[in-house]
Amino acid sequence: MSAHKDKDPRIHGIKTKIRVVPNFPKPGIMFQDITTLLLDPQAFRDTIDLFVERYKGKNISVVAGIEARGFIFGPPIALAIGAKFVPLRKPKKLPGEVISEEYVLEYGRDCLQMHVGAVEPGDRALVVDDLIATGGTLCAAMNLLERVGAQVVECACVIELPDLKGRERLHGKPLYVLVESH
Amino acid sequence: MASQGGQDPRLAKIASSIRVIPDFPKPGIMFQDITTLLLNPEAFKDTIDLFVERYREQNISVVAGVEARGFIFGPPIALAIGAKFVPMRNPQITGEVISEEYSLEYGTDTMEMHVGAVQPGDRALIVDDLIATGGTLCAAIKLIERVGAEVVECACAIELPELKGRDRLGDKPLFVLVSSDI
Repeated sequence: MSAHKDKDPRIHGIKTKIRVVPNFPKPGIMFQDITTLLLDPQAFRDTIDLFVERYKGKNISVVAGIEARGFIFGPPIALAIGAKFVPLRKPKKLPGEVISEEYVLEYGRDCLQMHVGAVEPGDRALVVDDLIATGGTLCAAMNLLERVGAQVVECACVIELPDLKGRERLHGKPLYVLVESH
Repeated sequence: MASQGGQDPRLAKIASSIRVIPDFPKPGIMFQDITTLLLNPEAFKDTIDLFVERYREQNISVVAGVEARGFIFGPPIALAIGAKFVPMRNPQITGEVISEEYSLEYGTDTMEMHVGAVQPGDRALIVDDLIATGGTLCAAIKLIERVGAEVVECACAIELPELKGRDRLGDKPLFVLVSSDI
C-alpha cells in the first residue's frame, strides 16, 4: 500500500462514509456497508477516481467484477479506462456457455462463473470487488481469468480486512485497496 | 431488434451488441444478454451517455438500480449526474407486505438500509437492464414511493413490448433504448 495513496485527502472522506454494522449477518461479524458510501456522490466519485488514476496507463483490457457489489465499482472503472467489463457470477445466472470455478467457504463450497469467450488469451485483467476478507472469492476469480489465458495484473478492492490475511491467498498477485478495517 | 425511433446512430450499435440466448433460463424464453454489450467499451459508453444526456438536467437526486444487472448501469449514470446510488434487492414474489416485514425483523438488514437511503422529496430514477412484465420495476416503484420519494422515470436498456410491462407502471414513464419483439 503506497504512502502516496495514504496521504491522499480523498481517502479519509471515503473511509468515514463506510458504515460498520455489528453482528450482521450473524453475531461476531462486523459488516462493512458500502451502501452509505454510494449515498455520497463526491465520495463515490473519489473512490472511482482513485482506481482510475491508478489503472489508466496500465493497458488493462478487461475489468472483471464479482457479483454483486463488484458490479457497482467495476463498470465505472472499466468505462473510464476503456476496458471491457466482465461480470463474474453465482451459478446459473449467466446464460450461454460458462466456465466455473469452485471455492471453499467457511462452511461448504461456492462457485463463480464466467462467460466463455468474454476474456481472451493475452487480456490484461483487473479484478474488482468491494471488499477482500479471506480472499477465497478473489482467488476463484483470478483462477477463472488465468484458466482462459488472461493475465491478472492486480486485484482492487475498496476495503481490506487485513486480519483475515486474504492478501496471502492471491498467488502473489498484487492487491490494491483504499481502506483497511481491523 | 429495433432501436427506439431509429434516429440516434448510437442505438444501432447498442442493439446489435445485445446477444439473444434461446431457452434460457427455461425453454421458450429468448434471453436478452447484455454482457456482450459490456464487452464493447464504445457501445457500453454510448448506452450510459444516452441515459445521462436524458437525465442530467432533470434534478434527479437518486438513481435506484435493481440487483444485479441494474448495478451495472445505475452507478455510471448516478456518477455522471451527481446523484446518490441506491442498490435495490429483488423483491420477494409475495410482494409488498413480505418485504416490509422482512426489513422490520432485521433492523440492520440491507433492505431497510436501502429504504432509509431514499428520503421524502427525493427525485428518483429506477434503472434495470430490461423490462419484461414490469413486475420487478413495479415493486421498486412502490418501495420508493412508500418512503415519500417521487419516481420521475424508469429507465431500461431493453423493453420486451409484447409483455406489456409498460402498462404495469401506471402513470410512471418508461424510457428504453431498444425494443425486442422476440
